[in-house]
Amino acid sequence: MKAAPFEYSRPADIDEACAMLAADENARLIAGGQTLVPMMAMRLARPTRLVDINRIAGLSYIRQDGDAIAIGATTRQCDLERSATIARDIPLMAKAIPWIGHAATRARGTIGGSLVNADPAAEQALIAVTLDAVLNYREDKKTIEIAAGEFFVGAMVTSLPSTACLTGLKIPVWHGDRIGTGFHEVNARRSDFAFVSSAVQVQLDADGTCKRIAIGAGAATDFPMRLTSAEQQLVGSKLDAAKVKDVVTEALADIEALDDLHATAAYRKRVAVSMACRAVADARASALGEKLHAH
Amino acid sequence: MRINLDINGEIRELDVEPRTSLLDCLRDHVGLTGAHTGCEHGVCGACTVLFDGVAVRSCLMFAPQAEGSKITTIEGVTPGPGEMSVIQDAFCETHGMQCGYCTPAMVLVAHALLIDNPNPSRDDIVDAISGNICRCTGYAQIIDAIALAAERLRGANRPVELTK
Amino acid sequence: MSAISKFRFVSTDRRVREDRRFVAGKGKFVADIQLPNTKHVALVTCPHAAARIVSIDKSAALKMPGVHYILDGAELAAATLPLMTGLDTPNVPRRPLAHEIARYSGEWVVAVVADSRAQAEDAAEEVVIDYEPLPFVLDAEQALESNDILVHEAHGSNVLLDKTFTWGEVDKDFAASPRKLKLRVKWGRSSTVPIETFGVTASWDPWRDMLDVHASIQMPRFNDQIGIALKIPVTSVRVHHDVDVGGSYGVKRGIKHTVLCGYLSRRLGFPVKLLEDRLENMRGGDAHGPERLFDVEVAFDDNGIVRSMKMRALENVGAYAGRSPFQLGKPVGAIVGPYKIQSVQYRAVAVVTNKTTQDAVRGFGQAPTNVAIERTMDEVANVLGLDRLEIRRRNMIRHDEFPYTIPSGTTYDSGDFHAVIDKVVAHTSYEGLKVERDALRTQGMLAGIGLAACLEPSGGNATFEALLNPKVQTSTFMDSCRVNIDGVGSITATMHTTSSGQGHETLVGTAIGEVLQIDPELIRVVRPDSLNSLPSGTPVGSRMAIMLGGAAFHAATKLKTKLMTIAAHDLGIPVERAVYDQGNVYDKNKPEHRRTWLDLVQIAWRSYHRLPADMEPGLAASHIMQVPTGGTLPDADGRVQMYPCTSFEFHLILVKIDPDLGRPEILKYRIGHDCGVVINPKIVRGMTMGGIAHGIGAALYEEFAYNDDGQLIAQTFMDYLLPSSHEVPDVQIIHHETPSPHTVFGQKGSGESGYLGSPAAVANAINDALKPLGISTNRLPIKVSTLGDMIAAAQENKSKGH
Repeated sequence: MKAAPFEYSRPADIDEACAMLAADENARLIAGGQTLVPMMAMRLARPTRLVDINRIAGLSYIRQDGDAIAIGATTRQCDLERSATIARDIPLMAKAIPWIGHAATRARGTIGGSLVNADPAAEQALIAVTLDAVLNYREDKKTIEIAAGEFFVGAMVTSLPSTACLTGLKIPVWHGDRIGTGFHEVNARRSDFAFVSSAVQVQLDADGTCKRIAIGAGAATDFPMRLTSAEQQLVGSKLDAAKVKDVVTEALADIEALDDLHATAAYRKRVAVSMACRAVADARASALGEKLHAH
Repeated sequence: MRINLDINGEIRELDVEPRTSLLDCLRDHVGLTGAHTGCEHGVCGACTVLFDGVAVRSCLMFAPQAEGSKITTIEGVTPGPGEMSVIQDAFCETHGMQCGYCTPAMVLVAHALLIDNPNPSRDDIVDAISGNICRCTGYAQIIDAIALAAERLRGANRPVELTK
Repeated sequence: MSAISKFRFVSTDRRVREDRRFVAGKGKFVADIQLPNTKHVALVTCPHAAARIVSIDKSAALKMPGVHYILDGAELAAATLPLMTGLDTPNVPRRPLAHEIARYSGEWVVAVVADSRAQAEDAAEEVVIDYEPLPFVLDAEQALESNDILVHEAHGSNVLLDKTFTWGEVDKDFAASPRKLKLRVKWGRSSTVPIETFGVTASWDPWRDMLDVHASIQMPRFNDQIGIALKIPVTSVRVHHDVDVGGSYGVKRGIKHTVLCGYLSRRLGFPVKLLEDRLENMRGGDAHGPERLFDVEVAFDDNGIVRSMKMRALENVGAYAGRSPFQLGKPVGAIVGPYKIQSVQYRAVAVVTNKTTQDAVRGFGQAPTNVAIERTMDEVANVLGLDRLEIRRRNMIRHDEFPYTIPSGTTYDSGDFHAVIDKVVAHTSYEGLKVERDALRTQGMLAGIGLAACLEPSGGNATFEALLNPKVQTSTFMDSCRVNIDGVGSITATMHTTSSGQGHETLVGTAIGEVLQIDPELIRVVRPDSLNSLPSGTPVGSRMAIMLGGAAFHAATKLKTKLMTIAAHDLGIPVERAVYDQGNVYDKNKPEHRRTWLDLVQIAWRSYHRLPADMEPGLAASHIMQVPTGGTLPDADGRVQMYPCTSFEFHLILVKIDPDLGRPEILKYRIGHDCGVVINPKIVRGMTMGGIAHGIGAALYEEFAYNDDGQLIAQTFMDYLLPSSHEVPDVQIIHHETPSPHTVFGQKGSGESGYLGSPAAVANAINDALKPLGISTNRLPIKVSTLGDMIAAAQENKSKGH
């Protein structure tokens, strides 16, 4: 399991990286490499040139940017995990990060790498879709924005042009009181890829009525999806369990769930409902300041 | 290609193919064989080294990528020939191993954990080693070893410096 | 039993001497051994489940940088003999590289030798092989029942072994029993999967006619098999035993790897190294383990007393016959578990299929068999509405019934099963667990208690070979130790095999230290190479504490006797009056009248004139140990004394399953463990803990799964799931000690402990949890998705009012 030969480059800036991609259609970017390197070791990926963007200045950051938190593409998962900004402003992401791989892979893995890899089970993609993140990438010396919901187009497939480089993303911060989050996922071993996952963020009125809600379902389908119809039906409700279950079930009724060695499509489809219901319940409880039971 | 790596505090000038993993580089080019090859796809953790003080998989990085960072291997945390660190001694005291193949990685993970968290709970230890597969022990005596090392380090007359 | 009444070193909590080198990363594993000018091998494997090799075009590959040679199966087959197999199946030849036909996806077809492994992999991609895909069979029952597709045409069927044994009055007992029950249990294909793959370096020296082999092996008669296959004298094969093996638990056999590299080194004139990568290891490293289907039928009465059992075990051994069919034989020595079942009919069937060839795995077939027995005991209790622990107690052999001979002819040496169980439930109340389980159920969870009681036959003999292959007349399986006290009084002992984490150097030191009353740390333990070695059966069959510990004890005892004889002679007293005390010897009647250790060393080494007449000078002794209770072949009915000792374990666990997810979680794990006198408590604890973790893997996570095209789809660690620290619960061991009458310290084996019962305990707990839904599962591993789908279907049925 040795990678096929390749040339190695370490561009000084992002435009140089893009130029290297443009010059060689088999060139690939490497950031954390936690997915790409094993693919290369198995020779399932065989770039002729590896463009290492790890040390490009200014690609790793977590900062406030207007009403959003901006995160640089090469920001490592462990930095997100430890970030007080993320914990305060994007608590849903803070909940999801520990579910990504292991500490040792989070130490290298980057958020940008995970997004462009677009694994159906990836937690960061789910968070990006759930929270309406806007991704930005650089191509041809221009910076282009794309909504997370339009970025993912298939299992391991994104709409990112092949000569572009993802530079970062912005996640809008929800402001106000009584905001709660819930994240659930199920897998065989605690650190495996999720069979099914769900991320939910909710804001309640003073009387506990749902003012705003975002429900994301991950790993069940080719790429993370928002349960928009359920969200619409739940705004204005008290998020009682029966209603949540009904609308979530309806929203997931027609999905084409993935089927593989680890979980059947029937399992994914069914448990996606449970995960979403639990995530909504957790989000509601945390918005109300109730203590959650551990999962 | 020619690269310079900072390994255990020493700058090594090396000539490697870009495709050489950091693991293979350490083993085959530097002669440090304490990092072990287990799966070469980033799951088993036997190849763990400290990268700027943090435990990472050396099979998931190409050697040129390691330029500019401090790499610490098991050889680098061993105090001297025949001399064991508190953590290594604790592994011996509890017999936190059998075949010894995953052991250097476990010791390094323990090292990284105890720098950040001198008083880990059992769950903290379980979580810290969860990325390192041991097929022999069922982990119990490894967990015991790390708890014992933490206790001893806390109880030392003078703080024992764990260096990144 | 031991003449030593109070131990100085045995059973004390001593460190394991091997550990020091490992914590510093200074183990010497095969990958760490770099001989000058070594070249590396990569393999080209067959992508089809079965295919005829039509042509191999090496021309492009040979032009690749760094390439030295490309070897195919035809060349190798012409130059070497097929590998040794266990059964008498000459038409199922097994070779390192496929010859003419490849019989499983991942089978090695071509070996590429290059300067580096990476270059060898580059060139391997350029080897062009034209295959003609052939029909294939994956399922054992299909392979057994139909000859439409033959894995080995010349063999005439897919059946390697089909033998039925009847021990006792099975028909009569069945007729006399008011109740019967049938059960089918499937053990999915899993294995031990060490973190170190198999590796070997073979280096031929044509000027000395010597093949030096460094390999990560755990294999009896390794050097013999290499020499024979390569058609060179076994004295030209030097296997180095001072190689640390990075885990084995049975599978590190490596004959085909070593024959391949040995041939290449002889052909090419430089050292050749093959370190399997994980894909080679998982697909074709002969690292798979049992895949077994059990059909069990028991006859019992209304009190739950099981009188008779019929068992058919159908083993899917994969494409070739290695040693794996013997894994149907070893369980014969504990075929009734800890129970007094009077008669047994056992049909052992092994078939070949187009899957990866199996090899030996920890327990050698015992763990799957125990699942079948223990699932059955649970079901007997369930149909009678009796408590599952109570039914086990009723059926178990009582302490006063030992030694106890089971229907298949093996006599269990000793045990106190009821006492172990009592201790466990005194530690953790069984009734309390039920309350806890029921409380979980009230909260909407599925919850179950898992029980498993089983034996660990230990002291590894090889009698199963003769049982299943009458041409084999083997009735011994030795281990040996040589002890030398040198001219300045230091002690060196030898052992004659590799180790893979069992702490054998510590074992040998402890046994000799105990006999000679000398600090074990002062005793050097070394491993001579195979040409300097005495016989060793290697660390298989949970045998080394008994066999290597025994050999060390006896060799040291010979020296102790010699020291006493020399002293008595020099003191002018009869030897009966000589008292041995920590290396010194004195006159019982006049304790000040003594000879010190150094006096005795001086006499033995240099003062021949003071030795008794005709005594050999020096202080060296060796002992080749026969397996206790060994020495006989199976009788005509297949009754056989399998292993000498039986360790016992009793598992008691509590499992919770979230019904929406089907994900089992082990909340409590208790094990009562009795392996006789424990030589090193740290080692025994570790073995047991590791065995339980491995068993949890087999029960819940691990399977070499194939798709319908015959492709192995669990070939990486992303798909073949090994338990991590998250998946292994905090296990409490409750220790008990029933010494064996057959061993030097009263010790029994523990190398397979935990693993032999934990899969059964987990399966039983899950089934107990499923009971309120009226469903059960007897197919391991019990995977989350499958369990979740089963539960959902049952709930749906229930809500429909079925």
